[in-house]
Amino acid sequence: MIEAHLPALQIVLPLVAAPLCVVLRDARAAWALTLLISWAALAIAIALLVKVLATGPITYELGNWLAPWGIEFRIDGVNAFILVIVSAIGAIVLPYAYASVKAEIDEERIYLFYCMYLLTLTGLLGIVITGDAFNIFVFLEISSLSTYVLVSLGRDRRAMTAAYQYLIMGTIGATFILIGIGLLYMMTGTLNLADLAKRVPPIAESRTVLAAFGFITVGTSLKLALFPLHQWLPNAYAYAPSTVSAFLAGTATKVSLYILIRFIFTVFGASFAFDVLPLDIVLPVLAVLAMFVASTVAIFQQDIKRMLAYSSIAQIGYMILGISFASVTGVAAGLLHIFNHALMKGGLFLALGCVMLRLGSVQIEDMRGLGQRMPVTMAAFVVGALSLIGIPLTAGFISKWYLVLAALEKGQWYFAVLIVLSSLLAVIYMWRVIEAVYFQPVPNTDAARNAREAPLSMLVPLWILIGANVYFGVETSGSLGVARRAAAMLLGAGS
Amino acid sequence: MDFAERIFGLYNYWIVILLMMVGFYVVMASRNLIKKIVGLSIFQTSVFLLYISIGKVRGGSAPILDKSIETYSNPLPHVLILTAIVVGVATVALGLAFVVRIKEAYGTIEEDEIHKQDEPGD
Repeated sequence: MIEAHLPALQIVLPLVAAPLCVVLRDARAAWALTLLISWAALAIAIALLVKVLATGPITYELGNWLAPWGIEFRIDGVNAFILVIVSAIGAIVLPYAYASVKAEIDEERIYLFYCMYLLTLTGLLGIVITGDAFNIFVFLEISSLSTYVLVSLGRDRRAMTAAYQYLIMGTIGATFILIGIGLLYMMTGTLNLADLAKRVPPIAESRTVLAAFGFITVGTSLKLALFPLHQWLPNAYAYAPSTVSAFLAGTATKVSLYILIRFIFTVFGASFAFDVLPLDIVLPVLAVLAMFVASTVAIFQQDIKRMLAYSSIAQIGYMILGISFASVTGVAAGLLHIFNHALMKGGLFLALGCVMLRLGSVQIEDMRGLGQRMPVTMAAFVVGALSLIGIPLTAGFISKWYLVLAALEKGQWYFAVLIVLSSLLAVIYMWRVIEAVYFQPVPNTDAARNAREAPLSMLVPLWILIGANVYFGVETSGSLGVARRAAAMLLGAGS
Repeated sequence: MDFAERIFGLYNYWIVILLMMVGFYVVMASRNLIKKIVGLSIFQTSVFLLYISIGKVRGGSAPILDKSIETYSNPLPHVLILTAIVVGVATVALGLAFVVRIKEAYGTIEEDEIHKQDEPGD
């Protein structure tokens, strides 16, 4: 009985729990409720993935209104995978949040933090699960508006300007998507994604559909911080509370990327996007620029959170590159990198959250000699850094390996060279941190001398994510199998 | 479709495009945080008009279930845009709330002066 309603519960549970947090008004109670809900969301997402892999796509008609008139939730191999990623990051970050949020946010505002956290989770999961184009916009705005608030809760006053900047850019992006959806509705009279997929190809050459595609592509590119539309991201990640940076880095841009994948492959079809329109040139060029420019900028950052934010922009380049190959290996590598990047960047931001808690700063000069004071945290940081660079036996290696394979498969060997070269830039910026942490003397400040290991409630989630980097770097059949099946399905549906 | 028909027959779409460009320009060009929000609001409003224009059927009346009404406008885009208007209101409210807090923290809402204050710390 309840099993049939799992798709609805995935969204309804966090949505209903969010106002409950406001009613509770107590930091500890709100945290406990959020913890419960986020673990339930993870359990539901895993159950859905297992079911989808066993029996094929699930559809769920909300309120029993039949699609395409009613809103339909449609879960296939692609979004079941993304659902698990988003809810897993959400669930792992929360036990960590308790101590970190307590240190970084005023006591009387903590329950509001958890309310916003649940709303963000609702929005992100909603975007992924829904099969209705307008519904995507609504959930996108739910998640975006609550994300702006989460970013603004940072202690630094620059968090406020970062959140404002993010709001302006995010709203422009979302409005572009809205225009695109409106133009598609104008031409087809439907908002259901599966229905759109049938009705768009016959009229794909019309100017209105071309404009719709342009608006949706640019809008989602803004939201996913594709170079050069990334300006909102570094400040938002750098000044947000540590928990928020870790949560967003693993989920928000990935979900926007999912929207792009969904529209390119399911609605418009890969042949339209890559053969009729020049996306097969535009996307790889922007991706390569992102990989090099953002990585180079990262080398010169003093604030390590900001450095990781720039590194995120570069990593998004890898995902876009994978998708732009439009082959099963390429798209699978892109999807796999969404998953692996969520693990490594989530882990790295969690490690920085521990540093923030004990040191009150993540500037590189303050972190000197921290390897002796916080060995467990910094060891996790090193493993995360290795994964980011793409050293064998870590998750980062697997996705880059398949990316290189996809490039060679297409005969575009120069992309393989560029992937390896840009990874060397990652070695440089990560090495700067490791060098400062392990090979430089402790600065003569009170904060640095008194720094000690972070509490267990933060170390355990940190090591779960970092451990997952190693686990999925060695035992690849699970994640790779799911990503491959998802990619095969996307390309099968698109052509 | 002759020239006059293109200009005057589709006048609502021309207004939409004009408002969209005006709003977009104001968001991008102004350095005042409030003016940016004003521009954003105009930009969003143009999309509301676009949706409402999509739904209109020439000679159609309001979608009321009555025997005398045979053609009626498509109500769905209008309902959709109600949702988007709510989202727009929330966005503007949140944006203005940020501006209030920024003013408290910096004492100014001019982007250049805010950057100047933050630069030494960067």
